[in-house]
Amino acid sequence: MSQVADRETAELETVFEQTIADNDRIEPRDWMPEDYRRTLVRQIAQHAHSEIIGMQPEGTWITRAPSLRRKAILLAKVQDEAGHGLYLYSACETLGVSREELTGLLLAGKQKYSSIFNYPALSYADVGTIGWLVDGAAICNQVPLCRTSYGPYGRAMIRICKEESFHQRQGYELLLTMMRGSEEQRAMVQESVDRLWWPTLMMFGPPDSDSANTERSMAWGIKRHTNDELRQRFVDMTVPQAERLGVTLPDPKLAWNEETGRYDFGQPDWEEFWRVVKGAGPCNRERLAHRQSAYDEGAWVREAALAFAASERSES
Amino acid sequence: MTVKGEWPLYEVFVRSKRGLNHVHVGSLHAPDDELALRHARDVYTRRNEGVSIWVVRSEAITASSPDEKDPLFAPSGDKVYRHPTFYDIPADVPHI
Repeated sequence: MSQVADRETAELETVFEQTIADNDRIEPRDWMPEDYRRTLVRQIAQHAHSEIIGMQPEGTWITRAPSLRRKAILLAKVQDEAGHGLYLYSACETLGVSREELTGLLLAGKQKYSSIFNYPALSYADVGTIGWLVDGAAICNQVPLCRTSYGPYGRAMIRICKEESFHQRQGYELLLTMMRGSEEQRAMVQESVDRLWWPTLMMFGPPDSDSANTERSMAWGIKRHTNDELRQRFVDMTVPQAERLGVTLPDPKLAWNEETGRYDFGQPDWEEFWRVVKGAGPCNRERLAHRQSAYDEGAWVREAALAFAASERSES
Repeated sequence: MTVKGEWPLYEVFVRSKRGLNHVHVGSLHAPDDELALRHARDVYTRRNEGVSIWVVRSEAITASSPDEKDPLFAPSGDKVYRHPTFYDIPADVPHI
């Protein structure tokens, strides 16, 4: 019996490996190794939670944005983040976990979200910097994920990437506008960039030498590039944008390398990164508490809608 | 799979413009059909991606299994004569 089962599993594994090798996509009802499924659930859930928690830092500025135009833009952007979270939760649920379960794991601190959202948005310039740098880094991470080996994840990423470009451009335009303003406004932009530059570089995750999941995720086609490759790509893209904007990136080691044709740059404080990941960042507790209260305060709406649906069914 | 107290899962199909089929775009949770449509509009068509939306309870979908030993699609594999390229037509015959 177990020999037959073993042989069957081996056959299924061969089909799975071949699908990956052919650069084809794995779909929800295909057989997949338990570790592949677990890795995907962890990564997609982390990604979905990041979109949802990511609404908080910028969301606080919606009522305080300086014009109706800026309010409308920011509102649309934060609404997109909610949408992105929902695409990703929907992709994650195809792997056999429920939405309730995922929300529960986030609230219990058992699943993570991107460390960047544990930093506060202290000034209005941060709305611009988050769009330019944080969403710029997200785009670097996400574009290759459109080709990830798990079909529903890749399809969600395609939708997200289409919308993410608006996020980055509105941020850059906001900063450009401030840079054309007063001395005080320019200082606000520089201060914001100084504060958010290093946490942005941390978004790509720890250096390859310390990244526990990278190697296997690459072999399975879940990830297409290593953390360090993506970080380098981001720096190369961003430096000319910073120059055009007229801000200084706060890294004394940042320099063009003639030989490699890329920028050399310094490393973020990785001890800070691990502290924030482990829960001791500036806003970790606040972010989860806010998510918990939104969940609790929404409970009566969810229950009322279900009760209404049940009463409609019993009448018809 | 419906967890107790959780809104049921719906699959969402969007027709992006007249003349095209509805295409599956993802899923969402909603308490009933009417709200599923409204949520689908907010989640999947924020930028004029659609002119028409279908929603259907996920549990109402019957799907073929990719793991079947005797694949469902095998009967179409050995019928090459169903394809136009199976037939040799002289090159000088027009419009065929």
